[in-house]
Amino acid sequence: MTITINREFKLEDLMLDNSKNKDVVYDTKNLNLWYGEDQALKNINLKIYENEVTAIIGPSGCGKSTYLKTLNRMNELIPSVKTSGEIVYRGRNIFDKSYKAEELRTQVGMVFQKPNPFPKSIYENIVYGPKIHGIKDKKILDEIVEKSLRGAALWDEVKDRLKENAYGLSGGQQQRLCIARCLAIEPDVILMDEPTSALDPISTLKIEELMQSLKKDFTIIIVTHNMQQAARISDRTAFFLSGEVIEYNSTDKIFSTPENKKTEDYISGRFG
Amino acid sequence: MTIREKFDVDLHSLQDAVIELYNKTEIALTKSFEALNTRNIDLALQIFEEDRPIDRLEEEINDFAIMVITRQQPVATDLRRVIVSIKIASDLERLADYAVNIAKATIKIANEDYVKPLIHLNEMHKNVLEMLTLAIESYREEDVAKAKKVAELDDRIDELYGIVIKDLLSLTPDNSDKLTQISQLSFVARYLERAGDHITNIAESTLYLVKGRHYILND
Amino acid sequence: MRILNNEQITNGIGRRLLTNKFTKVILFIATLFSLVVLAVLMYRIMNQGLPKLNLDFLTKFASRRPANAGISGALVGSIWLMIVVVPFSMVIGVGTAIYLEEYAKKNWFTSFIQVNIQNLAGVPSIVFGLLGLTIFVRAMDLDRSILAAGLTMSLLVMPVIVVSAQEALKAVPRQLGEASYGLGATKWQTIKNIILPAAIPGILTGSILAISRAIGETAPLIVVGALAFVNFYPSSIMDSFTVIPIQIYNWTTRPQIEFQEVAAAGIIVLLVFLIIMNSIAIIIRNKFNKRY
Repeated sequence: MTITINREFKLEDLMLDNSKNKDVVYDTKNLNLWYGEDQALKNINLKIYENEVTAIIGPSGCGKSTYLKTLNRMNELIPSVKTSGEIVYRGRNIFDKSYKAEELRTQVGMVFQKPNPFPKSIYENIVYGPKIHGIKDKKILDEIVEKSLRGAALWDEVKDRLKENAYGLSGGQQQRLCIARCLAIEPDVILMDEPTSALDPISTLKIEELMQSLKKDFTIIIVTHNMQQAARISDRTAFFLSGEVIEYNSTDKIFSTPENKKTEDYISGRFG
Repeated sequence: MTIREKFDVDLHSLQDAVIELYNKTEIALTKSFEALNTRNIDLALQIFEEDRPIDRLEEEINDFAIMVITRQQPVATDLRRVIVSIKIASDLERLADYAVNIAKATIKIANEDYVKPLIHLNEMHKNVLEMLTLAIESYREEDVAKAKKVAELDDRIDELYGIVIKDLLSLTPDNSDKLTQISQLSFVARYLERAGDHITNIAESTLYLVKGRHYILND
Repeated sequence: MRILNNEQITNGIGRRLLTNKFTKVILFIATLFSLVVLAVLMYRIMNQGLPKLNLDFLTKFASRRPANAGISGALVGSIWLMIVVVPFSMVIGVGTAIYLEEYAKKNWFTSFIQVNIQNLAGVPSIVFGLLGLTIFVRAMDLDRSILAAGLTMSLLVMPVIVVSAQEALKAVPRQLGEASYGLGATKWQTIKNIILPAAIPGILTGSILAISRAIGETAPLIVVGALAFVNFYPSSIMDSFTVIPIQIYNWTTRPQIEFQEVAAAGIIVLLVFLIIMNSIAIIIRNKFNKRY
């Protein structure tokens, strides 16, 4: 047997900035954000590219979750939030008065830290999104349920118990159900806020593999505390610190030869 | 001691082990020429004996490096430190093997007078040791300038190698009874030339450690 | 080096265990005390009232003769009152709670309202009676009707319902709401489909307690003008009426000893009425609970 090294793999190539021929999904320009008097984000400039997994890493309180929640305007649920600057999503500033948050959120789905299925059946969880947007046809809903559950690699595990309560699923299955629920509204972008922090290693692996397969059809932005995870699954990594983007580059570059000392200190666990 | 302090200590121990390996290798290389110059078979045999601890130390460095990777999952510069220590240890072990090979050659030719004084060969050897010291210094101090200088010294070794081989070939017609000796001496020259290449590798590893990308020094 | 002295710890254990036992006994006695009082009370009431409790008592109207006295007028009156109080207080109370909890901006004005609602829950019921008399009976000219009394009682229980419903809404995990908003749902869709169903068990528990209070309440109804002597069934919410507690109060003020027995029977009916109300609420609550 002969073993051939994959000649297409060249580290130098991977580290090159290949962003030129990619579509920009989100273009954040001079974004500042305050919670009351506290500034949580400082002059953020970041481009998120299509069909990539972008990881956001940084210590607690660095603003990474805040930034993620700004991308689908979930932080508006907190009354004291003020922002300046703009986030252009597919050519449109999401802070425009005419841009309704509900409209944005049908394009930008979100998966949360703790699996949070609704206290309803598996089926009802999936169709919740389509239903609130006015889809009532049972046939279409059935189709959406199957497609979404297949997309989240959960169909085979739950196809015989769609009417059962979602709380009967394991933690990992619940999180995949939440991903399926998100897929049901056929979003363009999926935001994930530490989606595996409450899961065991096997479930984590399943979600990570899922992300790799979802990347073909979606743009994924993930906030994670787990640096190995960021290194494993993401194409691009942004390092946040005290509300600022310290370094944003290809994941290969960030984890092998970071340009900023602070980045290196953080990824090698020597922070502070 | 925090976990990361322990990690730093581990990285240091790894470096210390590599430097210890260097010390042993350097002694072996020095002794090999002492034996060659003085046609001392006992000393040559001693080099054989002393090669075993060197092999063992290299294995230990590998095992320790793997343990550090497993437990600390280093990234970026830390990871390169560990990987580079493995690579340098392997180069050093190889250098020690050349010392053994030189000792073997010594044993084969120690019972007869040399066809000529080993001037150029000794100069080569001197250069190799100098290079090695410089390469290890560059590794210990993570000094890019020193690493680049190692490559320059290697050019001199290659040049000397050419001279030595030419000399030995020119002696062949008149010394047909000493063909064994001539071929063994040219082997020794060959070992030194290879040693130079391995030392250049050490310098390259150092550059990779510091810069995070590969440089080719021995062209 | 150990800072703690092992010997000291060992020596102290006996004393601490003794204190533990002692406390347990005291607490048991405290529990026993209320149980005994309740048992004595129940015994006395059952003893007096059970012989009197029969179909006649349930179907007859009040009478000046103890032998003929029945509770049907008051029982029906209480049911009528509940028909007004339950929807009014629940809709307004839960509505207020939803508004304050989900919609209202957190500013000085909403916290002012919040504090006032909490204070209202502690206002003596007689004050609500006077309020009802002034507003519903006189100003709105509803007269001494079931509606006037029902609205008065709704006001009385509403603060408790608002506060407990707010607590129930707060207890719904925020992540559930976030998940719904994240899918593009509006606030009302989220409240209607996710938050309210999840909060209903809690809301019902609070409402049950509040409405139970309304069933047993006498003072404001006397002020609003529930009659003590009723020998007809109310036919609409504009009719005059009486309720069980007023009827009982009325009987206990009579000099004849037989009326004490009638009153005891009335109390039993009131208790059964409360138990039925609570059971219905618990059944509804469990039905919602099963979806979890």
